[in-house]
Amino acid sequence: MAEDTGTLGRSAAVFKASMQWRRLKSHFFVVLGLLSVLLGVVALLVLLVDVIVQGSGWLDWQFFTSFDSRFPARAGIKAALFGTLYMMVFTMLLAVPIGVMTAIYLEEYAGDNWFTQFIQVNIANLAGVPSIVYGLLGLQVFVRIMEMGRSVLAGSCTMALLILPIIIVASREAIRAVPPSMREASFALGASKWETVRHHVLPYALPGMLTGAILAAARAIGETAPLITIGALTFVPFLPEHPLDRFTVLPIQIFNWVSRAQSEFHHLAAAGIIVLLVVLIILNSVAIYLRQRLRTRY
Amino acid sequence: MPATMRMSRRRFNIAAAGLAGFALLAACGGDNGESDGELKGDIIVDGSSTVFPITMAAAEEFSLKHSGVRVSVGVSGTGGGFKKFAAGETDISDASRPIKPSEAEAIAAAGFEYIEIPVAYDGLTVVVNPDNDWVDCLTVDELKKMWEPAAQRTITNWNQIRDGFPDLPLDLFAPGVDSGTFDYFTEAIVGEAQSSRGDFQASEDDNVLVTGVSGSRSAIGYFGFSYYVENTDKVRGVPIDSGNGTCVESTFATVADGSYQPLSRPIFIYVRKDAAERPEVDAFIKYYLSKEFTPLISSPEVGYVQLGDDVYAALTQRFANRVTGTLWPNGAEVGASLDRYMQ
Repeated sequence: MAEDTGTLGRSAAVFKASMQWRRLKSHFFVVLGLLSVLLGVVALLVLLVDVIVQGSGWLDWQFFTSFDSRFPARAGIKAALFGTLYMMVFTMLLAVPIGVMTAIYLEEYAGDNWFTQFIQVNIANLAGVPSIVYGLLGLQVFVRIMEMGRSVLAGSCTMALLILPIIIVASREAIRAVPPSMREASFALGASKWETVRHHVLPYALPGMLTGAILAAARAIGETAPLITIGALTFVPFLPEHPLDRFTVLPIQIFNWVSRAQSEFHHLAAAGIIVLLVVLIILNSVAIYLRQRLRTRY
Repeated sequence: MPATMRMSRRRFNIAAAGLAGFALLAACGGDNGESDGELKGDIIVDGSSTVFPITMAAAEEFSLKHSGVRVSVGVSGTGGGFKKFAAGETDISDASRPIKPSEAEAIAAAGFEYIEIPVAYDGLTVVVNPDNDWVDCLTVDELKKMWEPAAQRTITNWNQIRDGFPDLPLDLFAPGVDSGTFDYFTEAIVGEAQSSRGDFQASEDDNVLVTGVSGSRSAIGYFGFSYYVENTDKVRGVPIDSGNGTCVESTFATVADGSYQPLSRPIFIYVRKDAAERPEVDAFIKYYLSKEFTPLISSPEVGYVQLGDDVYAALTQRFANRVTGTLWPNGAEVGASLDRYMQ
């Protein structure tokens, strides 16, 4: 018996010691987590500060209204900015309707059979395909076989393919979040399937779909590899006049300036990066705003 | 929920109107018609990033004179440019080396001819760190010892290059193996294109090489002349002895008069013959070779070495006569003169 109490006393002491050790481990984890957060934030800050210090002096009105030039003081991003804008308009016009319709079909109409599952697996896989593969596909299908040439339209089609999986997945999630009771109420009042989708499911799912679409657009704006592959150009001293015209985009212009010999162009590249970042921040803010505003309405 | 219904219907109508508007916009894009006397049309150039600054400068100046002509320049590399050229996607191809027989065959198979025009010299420059106080000149043999495949993992110290050099590790920097610069350097120094040691730090971006060499006292590297003249404060150019006992530095003068050997090379543009029949392309090439433009090639903004006025005159005549085909049947040659274009 005496031995037993002894064991108890010892184990209490052991427990106390390990309690301290466990507390220490707990604190250690907090510090580790904080360091991880700081690492990301500090890296981003360093990048931002570096870019702003290098580029802000070159951001003037002339920078937005000029084409590229071999004189850094005369060079601007007009062609790249408009090229990005045109390409994105056509990309969204192609990708959003197709993506949303796919999502509606898969969520509201398609039965749960092997064909649907096959499509779902494919969409999930497509979302993970490296962007350069879309570039190679675009080069062969749109530029060569469909003879669009190295045009805004060919770039838009390629980009639309690239972001379709993102839009489909986001739209499906938005549709899935619509309570079944709403559909049932609509059916009970005699609405057809299309009327239910059109008047109840779509308005309710709209904020989620819009957010997905805008985030997809943000991804497409920063993409360079597929556009280099399909042959978007580097020096374009004019604005595209029609969808089959040649074009350049912001990331390609920035990439070209970075690789130039004259150091002034590296500052121009930094200014271009600031513009690209601002465009991305605006897009993401719009996505957040729309999500909040539309969510409260319905 | 009538309010909701009206709201969403309106939103859908707006979206539909927007779609129709863009479709209309898309349909309205038309071809550029000819206007009276003024040159009009599109010229599509692609190819080497080395030649890009020259063609871009020509395009920039040319479009100031002829606002109706839209010249665009891409950067797909010399090989990539020739692929697009053979596919009929471009009018002019920039090339940092002469066309290869395989590329010429692809173009012939596509059923058209090309006009070859050298436009400038590039002087590949061997550079060291400014704090390097032991290298005043290097011979081609010493460079070969440093860069040949056999040097891999065996020649790793400066004191192995020449007696009297300090005991410091060799930090090697060079352009990536896909670049025309790497091709030419290995051909000129090692004796065979693409034949090089593999244990060096490579980058397709010459600015990375500049940073690398300027960051290490025992570094050595090489890249194109324009990157050297822009960075003389960060790296020091090494004079080269081609074997005759005199050390020659790469300068605008020594590259132009051919005394900087064997690392000067001509760089080219290739024009599709049937494209050259279009007035805007014809005018662009004539401008490219004119006395008005060629001095700009040696300006600091472009950073290459212009050819002699007599060479440009001969090339203009050759272009006017539409002389097709290459004068480099065996590809790049080291130390080759451009006299072959003078006949």
